[in-house]
Amino acid sequence: MTDFIKTSASRSLENAVQDHFIAAEAPWSGIVRKGQTIRIEDSYGQQAIDTLFYRADDFAERYSNQDTMRAQGGAYIGTGTKIISNEGNVMLVMTADSCGRHDTSAGACSCESNTVRFGHGTKYLHACRDNFVLEVTKHGMSKRDIVPNINFFMNVPIKPNGEMTIVDGISAPGDYVELVAEMDVLCVISNCPQINNPCNGFDPTPVRVLIWDGED
Amino acid sequence: MMHVRRSPEEIAANRQRYEEHQKKGLEFAPTALPAPSPLPAPALDAAAIIHQETVPGGWYWSTALKRGEALRIDQGEGGSTVALVAWNATDTSERLNLVDTVKVQWTTALGKGRVIFSDMGRVMFSLIEDSSGAHDCLMGGSTAASNAARYPGVKTRNTRDNLVLVAGKLGLTRRDIPAILNLFAPVRVDDDGGFHWRGKLSNSGDYAELRAEMDMIVGFSNCPHPLDPDPVYAPKPVIVTRFRAPALAVDDLSRTATAEALRGFENNVSMLA
Ligand SMILES: [Zn+2]
Repeated sequence: MTDFIKTSASRSLENAVQDHFIAAEAPWSGIVRKGQTIRIEDSYGQQAIDTLFYRADDFAERYSNQDTMRAQGGAYIGTGTKIISNEGNVMLVMTADSCGRHDTSAGACSCESNTVRFGHGTKYLHACRDNFVLEVTKHGMSKRDIVPNINFFMNVPIKPNGEMTIVDGISAPGDYVELVAEMDVLCVISNCPQINNPCNGFDPTPVRVLIWDGED
Repeated sequence: MMHVRRSPEEIAANRQRYEEHQKKGLEFAPTALPAPSPLPAPALDAAAIIHQETVPGGWYWSTALKRGEALRIDQGEGGSTVALVAWNATDTSERLNLVDTVKVQWTTALGKGRVIFSDMGRVMFSLIEDSSGAHDCLMGGSTAASNAARYPGVKTRNTRDNLVLVAGKLGLTRRDIPAILNLFAPVRVDDDGGFHWRGKLSNSGDYAELRAEMDMIVGFSNCPHPLDPDPVYAPKPVIVTRFRAPALAVDDLSRTATAEALRGFENNVSMLA
């Protein structure tokens, strides 16, 4: 765990309106209001943080990985990326990124896909989709509402020939992203429990979420 | 906060196992996969055809599809992209899942011999024929806004609205529309992640055949891809033929080409048992 990193003159640990630790392998959800900034911190480094966003007053509008990739003309998420909904609206904008590489092509791990990727012996391992199901159920949603997500700090290069493989994350302890909300959103996180690929350095660790009010 | 880390031995063992899977997943292709299907497409056995539909440019369609049946999607005049979505007919919460499809097969490039997965680790489709090898799993379809930017002042139909209509007429809602597969869309990704339209190797008569590995409902939208370089909005009709596919052989390529497909089919078998 590293010290607080200031990204704005007015931003400090003391004036954050919310500060959450998410244990290794655990889910979390919370509302980010329009104008607020959410920081998602990879406290120990090399930890994939699987994240979904839903419009707070209409969960049928939600994060769309394809619309987000299409809108920016590229596959990776970084500073300046507009997080786009299935209705084509901007949900959040990424305003800071100390890492530089985030994925939205590879989706969340699940017990079911683990059987295909790594063999049936890995079926009964805790997985992101189970986290998502547990967490969205608290908000009246179900499995049908779980869509392709963002994997913050996960490194999934895609080659011109299509080859795609999860490789070691490049995030260091304390790396963070910040996103400013353009509408009230429900943020749902699965702090990825995957131990069969390098997205968590084979060793899932805790992460931290901070939220600040708008500056004006 | 308290956190106990895993042991170096456990980490090393898991890393070694991953790297073995990765090596197998990456190195079998393209040696184990066949070349694209030759053109022109051979005629289908008339007795095997259940239904044929010509979907006009800009329009949508949906059909039931039983396990063992297949769809031939034929560009006809060429230059069309066909967006495709699919749901398990008996539980529509199980649906096309492209992120799993590309992740478990170690590639975004689908072609003959590849399979398409649901979110439940089961195989929905086998790509039993495919003449183009140029499909897009990443960018999704057009929207009213993307068309307005691409074709200013022109009245157009778009894939997003088409799929809302497909879902609505099936008793589903926009909550149920999965990320879409674009057939006949040669999108490639450069080293910085940027998308490029590679240009078609063959523009006329390309076709793909998808065999259903479970009972499904399949939806289509026939609109230009957002990267389609044609400055004029002029989508061509496509022909979709539903037919009884030849029986799945024990040594069927789609079933046996990769360890991942093999395990996916094992999951299908346990669903049917
Ligand atoms: Zn995960």
